[in-house]
Amino acid sequence: MTDDLDDLKAAMQAMTPKPDDARKRANLALAQKNFARLQETDTAARLTSDARNTGWFRGVTAMFQSISTKTALTATTALFAVGLVIYLPVFPMGPQFETPFAEDAASGIDAPVLALEQSEPRPAPQAAEAPQAIAGFKDDAQAGMMADTASLARPQMQRSKRSVKYPTPQDAPGFQQFIVENTETFPDAETNPIRVTSEAPVSTFSIDVDTASYSFVRNAILNGQLPPTDAVRIEEMVNYFPYSYAAPATDDTPFATHVSTFQTPWNSDTQIVRIGLQGQMPDMAERPPLNLVFLIDTSGSMKDAKKLPLLKQSFALMLTQLRPDDSVAIVTYAGSSGQVLEPTKATDKATIFAALDALDAGGATAGQAGLQQAYSVADGMRAKGEISRVILATDGDFNVGISSPKALEEFILTKRDSGTYLSVLGFGRGNLDDATMQALAQNGNGQAAYIDTLNEAQKVLVDQLSGALFPIANDVKIQVEFNPSKIAEYRLIGYETRLLNREDFNNDKVDAGDIGAGHSVTALYEVTPVGSKARLTDPLRYGEAPSGLAQGEMGYLKLRYKSHGTDESQLIETRLPDVATADDEARFATAIAGFGQLLKDDRFLGEWGWTNAIALANEAKGADPFGYRAEAIQLMRLAKTLQSQE
Amino acid sequence: MLMETSDTDLVNRANAGDGDAFAALLARHYDRIFGFAFRLTGSHSEAEDLTQDICAALPNKLRHFQGRARFSTWLYRVVLNASHDRRRKQTTQQQASNQWGDWEKSRTAAIAEDAERIDWLTQAMRALSDDLRDTLALILDDRTHAQAAEILGVSEGTVSWRMSEAKKRLKDMKAQEDHT
Repeated sequence: MTDDLDDLKAAMQAMTPKPDDARKRANLALAQKNFARLQETDTAARLTSDARNTGWFRGVTAMFQSISTKTALTATTALFAVGLVIYLPVFPMGPQFETPFAEDAASGIDAPVLALEQSEPRPAPQAAEAPQAIAGFKDDAQAGMMADTASLARPQMQRSKRSVKYPTPQDAPGFQQFIVENTETFPDAETNPIRVTSEAPVSTFSIDVDTASYSFVRNAILNGQLPPTDAVRIEEMVNYFPYSYAAPATDDTPFATHVSTFQTPWNSDTQIVRIGLQGQMPDMAERPPLNLVFLIDTSGSMKDAKKLPLLKQSFALMLTQLRPDDSVAIVTYAGSSGQVLEPTKATDKATIFAALDALDAGGATAGQAGLQQAYSVADGMRAKGEISRVILATDGDFNVGISSPKALEEFILTKRDSGTYLSVLGFGRGNLDDATMQALAQNGNGQAAYIDTLNEAQKVLVDQLSGALFPIANDVKIQVEFNPSKIAEYRLIGYETRLLNREDFNNDKVDAGDIGAGHSVTALYEVTPVGSKARLTDPLRYGEAPSGLAQGEMGYLKLRYKSHGTDESQLIETRLPDVATADDEARFATAIAGFGQLLKDDRFLGEWGWTNAIALANEAKGADPFGYRAEAIQLMRLAKTLQSQE
Repeated sequence: MLMETSDTDLVNRANAGDGDAFAALLARHYDRIFGFAFRLTGSHSEAEDLTQDICAALPNKLRHFQGRARFSTWLYRVVLNASHDRRRKQTTQQQASNQWGDWEKSRTAAIAEDAERIDWLTQAMRALSDDLRDTLALILDDRTHAQAAEILGVSEGTVSWRMSEAKKRLKDMKAQEDHT
């Protein structure tokens, strides 16, 4: 044996983990029990070949292995038990003792799976396995997705922290005594904590252009309720507003970056770092034809005035934006799904309007069958080089007729890779499954927007249509490294569901958010300089050695993106600028971030309250050509009143 | 006194229906089963699962043990076969399943990997062919070439050849690793 091998052996020895004690005990007990059973069934069970084995059990075992969330585990176990009962009568006579499962079938010996069912969930063997409990998606290995999936996987979603009863538009006076069970669900993610720069200098996240949360917040407030805290996603609120960032100067990069540092309004001893991205606006006259498949939920729950009727109006608005060579098809899903409009050129407006008009709500939702049909229609419509997109419009309820939202997401994911994207439009409220909606759109390279008014439809489907439909950069990731000799602490405001692992930044396989034509995206950090009295943690006595190079820099921003249609990412790098005066855009974004925090979690805001937020937003309102900012200020005032009532 | 009892005695008593003997036998070898399972799978959770399969099936398996080989040799073979079964199931499943299943599977695998923070050696071992990995795992578990040959049911020459092959591959991988 060579030295090499000895080294290897030592290494191997060193890394071999200790068997988990709890599992060891369970396994020994299991073996003991099987041993005892075997003595009892002695006459019956004597053995056969090792080789033959019925494929069915094998399949089940593998299936079992392939599913790893704890919830799924329980579900599979239950299925498995049922499967056994059905299967047993045709099990070949003469026990085939090979896999534990076969033994179980033939002689009643406990197989591991059944043992699991009896005890509590499988004892987690060490912390190392814990992440499986919140199994994220591989392609979306971002923490954000993990959080989403975790909430998806829970059979009964955690109710929002603030419990609310929403009046719906039909809440005519006579109906008000009815308490309608609210089934809205949201991905729950904790507010990003303060990070100590010397411990974790690098922060990584995926950009996000979704705006659903803002519309949701608006709807709640306009209905006289504060939104549940889990529905408040600060980055989506901030990104709801267009910011007048300059577009990239050249055609080489799909977007321009605008980074600035300025005084935090709610804390005079900290600073805000604003990272703004502005997507290019390609010449829309040159754009390739669009193939749109409207996949419309016509289930009974869509009857509401704020749902199907609003949806019809919204799509009618959108049609005005289409060009003669674009085409449209409509697929509905409810009970049985069907294509109600064959692919039709956008010029044939009469036919399209007629089909839209004829839509009627009724029946149960079966999202998946409709989705499959919509995708196959979309595939059929797409000529080479064309963009094809399914636009799913629903009140978000996928609960009927589909076993797992996960399977649905998987489907969307594979379709995305074959070239058909998905956008999700949420309508109405009451059972909007926000978590699923967001997860589906994220997997489909699309946007999730929540449409509560015709104005919102105008914004999403008319004013910003090109951004929603023409991605210009995919998988945009941001990584910021702070300099511990300048910045003691930092926190990312919002983006809780979009966090990535540090190593995911350079991994092109890890999915992230996309930027559409003309989109702007904003992210804010609150940073505490070294020596600031706002510092919440004590400095370390040891460590924090000066970092030599680039002493004076506050931090360094890295940005990765893939130009649309390419697989390899490009890198943009820049140092974070020194403190300067904030412009209106930066200040307004900060005001909205303050608004979000006041609704969600105001522990970092100190004494700074609604009045300050409103004043700041007012000062920074700027030109506001669409009136979005004025509306936000209105909402803040309402929210202030609502909160004082609580 | 139990520890002084030979494996063979325990096997005989277990096969005569002595539950305590069976328990003692398994307890004595449990960590070794697990350790070898780990070398074969390169993953803590997989090793735990494999060990569980083996524990469940062992009472039955033991009845086939005819004492022709040493008990430990036989046990290695049991673990090896169980791991082959597992691999086979995984491949069959992978081929049979549609895209969704594949997707779920690779995701699961990726999560397992992340969770385990598998270092270079395990990863390298995973990159080896099954034959080479089995052989290397046995040798790393202190088996001699002769014992490995017996467990694997191949000639000693084959074991030696596989070992030199495995070492060569590992060295290449290491070199490549250091290079990049």
